[in-house]
Amino acid sequence: MTKGPRDKTMTIDEVVGELKDGMTVGIGGWGPRRKPMALVRAILRSDLRDLTLVSWGGADVGLLARAGKIRRLVYAFVSLDSIPLEPNFQRARQQGTIPEVVELDEGMFMTGLRAAAQRLPFLPMRAGLGSDVMVNNPWLRTVTSPYDDGEELVAVPALKLDVALVHLNRADRHGNATYLGPDPYFDDLFAMAADRTYVSCEQVVDTAGLTVDTPVQRLLLSRMMVSGVVETPNGAHFTTCTPDYERDEAFQKAYAAAASGTDDEWAAFEKRFLAGDEAAYQAAVRELAEEGA
Amino acid sequence: MDATRADVCAAAVADAFKDDGEIFASPMGLMPMLGVRLAKLTSNPDLVISDGESLFLAGVPPLLAKADVVEGWIPFRRVFDVVAYGKRHVMMGATQLDREGNQNISAIGEFARPKRQLLGSRGAPGNTVNNRTSYWVPRHSTRVFVEQVDVVSGVGPRRARQAGPAASRFNDIHRIVTNLAVLDVGGPDDTVRLVSVHPGVTVDEVQAATRFDLGAGSDVPETRLPTTEELVIIREVLDPKGLRFKEVPQEAGQETRQ
Repeated sequence: MTKGPRDKTMTIDEVVGELKDGMTVGIGGWGPRRKPMALVRAILRSDLRDLTLVSWGGADVGLLARAGKIRRLVYAFVSLDSIPLEPNFQRARQQGTIPEVVELDEGMFMTGLRAAAQRLPFLPMRAGLGSDVMVNNPWLRTVTSPYDDGEELVAVPALKLDVALVHLNRADRHGNATYLGPDPYFDDLFAMAADRTYVSCEQVVDTAGLTVDTPVQRLLLSRMMVSGVVETPNGAHFTTCTPDYERDEAFQKAYAAAASGTDDEWAAFEKRFLAGDEAAYQAAVRELAEEGA
Repeated sequence: MDATRADVCAAAVADAFKDDGEIFASPMGLMPMLGVRLAKLTSNPDLVISDGESLFLAGVPPLLAKADVVEGWIPFRRVFDVVAYGKRHVMMGATQLDREGNQNISAIGEFARPKRQLLGSRGAPGNTVNNRTSYWVPRHSTRVFVEQVDVVSGVGPRRARQAGPAASRFNDIHRIVTNLAVLDVGGPDDTVRLVSVHPGVTVDEVQAATRFDLGAGSDVPETRLPTTEELVIIREVLDPKGLRFKEVPQEAGQETRQ
């Protein structure tokens, strides 16, 4: 019998068990879209601390900031889209509870991931020039073109990650994974910028099942980029995971209201939704939806 | 047909895109989207528009409508590529805008410990040194139009020049459309100046809502009224639900007879 590629399926807690204090963790998706929220929730429950977080931020950043998990945050924006300003992130910034922030232009962020994915120290770019991104991050350097134009460009540093966490619609047990929604975001770049990548997905299917009803171009991740696979149905909740589900706007509203409310209101939200494991979370979400129905 | 202030704003936004040719028009927010779609149906049918998510639309659907013929794919990674390619005109919002045409959407107060954290710089630094950039300000006030922004997200012409030729080469701050007026950066040393005031608004009112001196005399022209064709398109086709009035209330200014 020929041997196939290895089985990389894991549990949520096994994934989070691979993380260590002080690590640089990249979180895929975009703002409130296709975020590996089940893994983020598991980090909230863990003792992990002093993380460097690299994210086009949504509630992942807000939740981890509120829980005091972030020592250094690399971001270009943090937003919930239909609620433009993320209240937990806002609160953390205004109270100064994130010790170090690196705010980049969102194109610089992509270029930084690309540099890391290509094992380069930096890639040149115009974005950043003249803006306060250069002032507020005085360690950023420019580089002069060695050619006749002599243009002085930003040397966007590689955003090297210890670990990337991403959420896709489907994956096989080996780590090949497809996105079925409108946008791949940058999950492949996150994966290639990281030493290890863990994929959560709506459904683990046979390898043949990945392309049975889906164009091959939707295979965003190859197993060679992936260390672990975990099936987490509704695991991107309350962010989008099109076409499996859209953003849970009612839940997001409840989250934002609690986050911008009193400490007691936040404590009540935490107790109701975040105190238990993923199954308890999903049960509490169903219960809230039933109340609203 | 009577034009509301919101209709005047939509036509002014459309005018900002009329000479752009065949480029990706990237409106952030409702009024910019209305204006861009109005331009595509009138002055500039070559504009490339998207659903604001990941699709280029071949048709021109009403605001917030999804279904339409698709003519391309524009996920975020390709947006960044088009920014660098340059065939794009973005109209962004601005929490603050200053005399030198710098924009802030990052934070109010000290960046290290802001009084109010906003979105973050998003794509503003990259947009302003790569492709044409305009701004839409639904509430023209001294809180928005300040002497100096707290954080420079979008780069104005002077800052771009100071940063060198690589920054100024494609810096192109085109137009600032507000609920009161149209402005640009054609003033002395590329500072913000008044281009026109909307019908029913005086120059003094715009100056009073602006922290810095606009240097405007009394000879500032009026923003043009939308044509009957434009009014029909706005009301019957693009925004029959009147979503534009959420940004510029119907009662703003008097109804202006054409």
